[in-house]
Amino acid sequence: MKQTISVLVENQAGVLNRITGLFSRRAFNIESLAVGPTDDPTISRITIIVDSGNNMVDQVEKQLNKLVDVIKVRTLEENNLIGRELMILKVNATNKTRQDIMTICSIYGAKVDDISPSSMTLELSDTPERLDTFQTMMRPFSILEVVRTGVIAVQKGSGKI
Amino acid sequence: MTGAQALVKSLKLQKVEHIFGYAGATICPIMDVLSAMPEMGYTLVRTEQNAGHMASGYARISGKVGVCLVTSGPGATNLITGIATAYMDSIPIVAITGQVPSHLLGRDIFQEVDITGAVAPFIKHSYLVKDANDLPRVVAEAFHIAATGRPGPVLIDIPVDVQTQEIKKFSCPDEVSIRGYKPSIRGNDLQIKRVVQAIARSRQPLICAGGGVWLAHAQKELLELAERCHIPVVKTMMGISVLPTDHPLNLGMIGAHGNHCANKALAKSDLLIMVGTRAADRALVNPTDIQQRMATIHIDVDPAEIGKNMTAAIPLVGDVKVILQQLLEKDVPVTDSDAWLAQLRDYRKAELSRVFPKREGYVFPGTVLRHLGRKLADDAVVCVDVGQNQIFTCKHLPQKHGRLLTSGGLGTMGYALPAAVGAKVAAPDRQTLVVCGDGSFQMSMNELAAVQQAGMDVKIVLMRNNTLGMVHEIQKKAPYHGPYGVSLDGSPAFDTIAAAYGIPSITVNDEDTLDTQLDRFLSTPGCCLLICEVHPDMSTTD
Repeated sequence: MKQTISVLVENQAGVLNRITGLFSRRAFNIESLAVGPTDDPTISRITIIVDSGNNMVDQVEKQLNKLVDVIKVRTLEENNLIGRELMILKVNATNKTRQDIMTICSIYGAKVDDISPSSMTLELSDTPERLDTFQTMMRPFSILEVVRTGVIAVQKGSGKI
Repeated sequence: MTGAQALVKSLKLQKVEHIFGYAGATICPIMDVLSAMPEMGYTLVRTEQNAGHMASGYARISGKVGVCLVTSGPGATNLITGIATAYMDSIPIVAITGQVPSHLLGRDIFQEVDITGAVAPFIKHSYLVKDANDLPRVVAEAFHIAATGRPGPVLIDIPVDVQTQEIKKFSCPDEVSIRGYKPSIRGNDLQIKRVVQAIARSRQPLICAGGGVWLAHAQKELLELAERCHIPVVKTMMGISVLPTDHPLNLGMIGAHGNHCANKALAKSDLLIMVGTRAADRALVNPTDIQQRMATIHIDVDPAEIGKNMTAAIPLVGDVKVILQQLLEKDVPVTDSDAWLAQLRDYRKAELSRVFPKREGYVFPGTVLRHLGRKLADDAVVCVDVGQNQIFTCKHLPQKHGRLLTSGGLGTMGYALPAAVGAKVAAPDRQTLVVCGDGSFQMSMNELAAVQQAGMDVKIVLMRNNTLGMVHEIQKKAPYHGPYGVSLDGSPAFDTIAAAYGIPSITVNDEDTLDTQLDRFLSTPGCCLLICEVHPDMSTTD
């Protein structure tokens, strides 16, 4: 089962190293990890997706909490969160295929960032599942490169970590 | 004021009185400040790993944070095992390492190593200080983190240019406040109530005391709980000397290498109260089975230990001493455990009067330890190494009101001698002994120099069987095909080694003269080595 853990940490050198190191030495698997600053410049937020049972997530949370640089840890409720991921995808595009690609882009709400005689670079922000299907739709055109950020997420409603 | 001066001033503010170290180029500014400070004790170790062990022995006996100071590169990497050993046993030490100049960091220059990165998996916290003005705060935080909550090692890595940097103003916070570090202290009142009810219901309760009892200084409270509620006590290796051997409620050590009666009690108990123990594999061989068979209470300061190895029915997170006091305030009931205690007392009696094997020309370690224990001072400190000698000592050395120090978690051979040096520095008037094997002794016997340099009265009992006994014992059982790579042929004559350091030695190979030889050994002034001739086939299960 996929679970989303949101972690507030001190915005300092070496913190990410401590967190990823903890995952590897405790044999926890990271599916995705995204990190960025918050509104408070001294605090960063890390969103980690793990694929595991409840017991393990409990232990991950506790071990994260033990790190001195970790300020708060929360596992977000799966059916009550807003989770988004950004993808940039470069695909082969010729005069023949460009229009078909544009059609799929408009269905998904993807943006065209760049265009060249033989390629298009597309940008889409959505749930990871929607990104997956978009990627599948692009595959017949021959994908040149895909970059994904990993999911960032918040709980719905006015509550905060 | 320079960074080095600020560091030493900060250490003095933390009431540091002694440093275990090994000099090197990148800590010369600090050494220079120390040289003008005769009131600060200093022990030169003979390899950096032992600086960690000495700081550990010092911390465990003084109840303060142990401090070690080594240079960058190999000095720092040598210290790693010392840090990992302290981490596994939750011993509060602050390790200070020198580092190459900060503007050269990352260039792989002479004696550069990323030590904060290297120790990350087994350290409570670490700092790489890039501005000397941060040093007073960093030192205050490091000592706070090392000593509070679940104690552990903290590392401060200081580039040599930061040590010489002039600071603007020495400013140290009165109180440490770290937003990501708030250890729990008081136990949850609702859970405390549930514990009291569970104890009241139990007919065959059992307390399992771990190293956390020592770390929280909660021996008195534990004893009071056990005595007031009539609950027998088993110990893990880290909790071993919590109760004297002859205490009627003491059942010895549990686990794969534990006392028979302790394990029997664990098997038959209906309520297991774990206090300051992480339910590790060597102590609780099958935690899943235990949690299914009996009610369990788990008291620990580290929330991550709850449910890590075992899922206790009633978890209770907080300082062990505070929680035990909370329980005692709640008027915990006397359990109806008379029948249970009577039964256990018989097991214990059988165990303590067990007849050990005898062999012509050799002594059996259990016999030596039984005799030795009776002759020791009431508050003696015994540092025991790792291997058969550790198991023999934990099982058979009679405990009074002293301490038994060993590397329980990491199982680091060579721990005992340096730990004894640290213990002796912390308490020069307490009788201090080392028990080791000929394998483990050879891992740290270079520290005989540190013993002699300080003119210490440390007595060393060496169980000499010319083999790595514990591995020998494992290899003799299926699926292995017999001992291999464990013979210690080529070892020196240990009496000659001792003599080279100016240390007298006594060899004993006859149990009939054991008593007189032990008396001679213990009454020899200063350091003395007792070489016990042990047959390689003598086993910890004998």
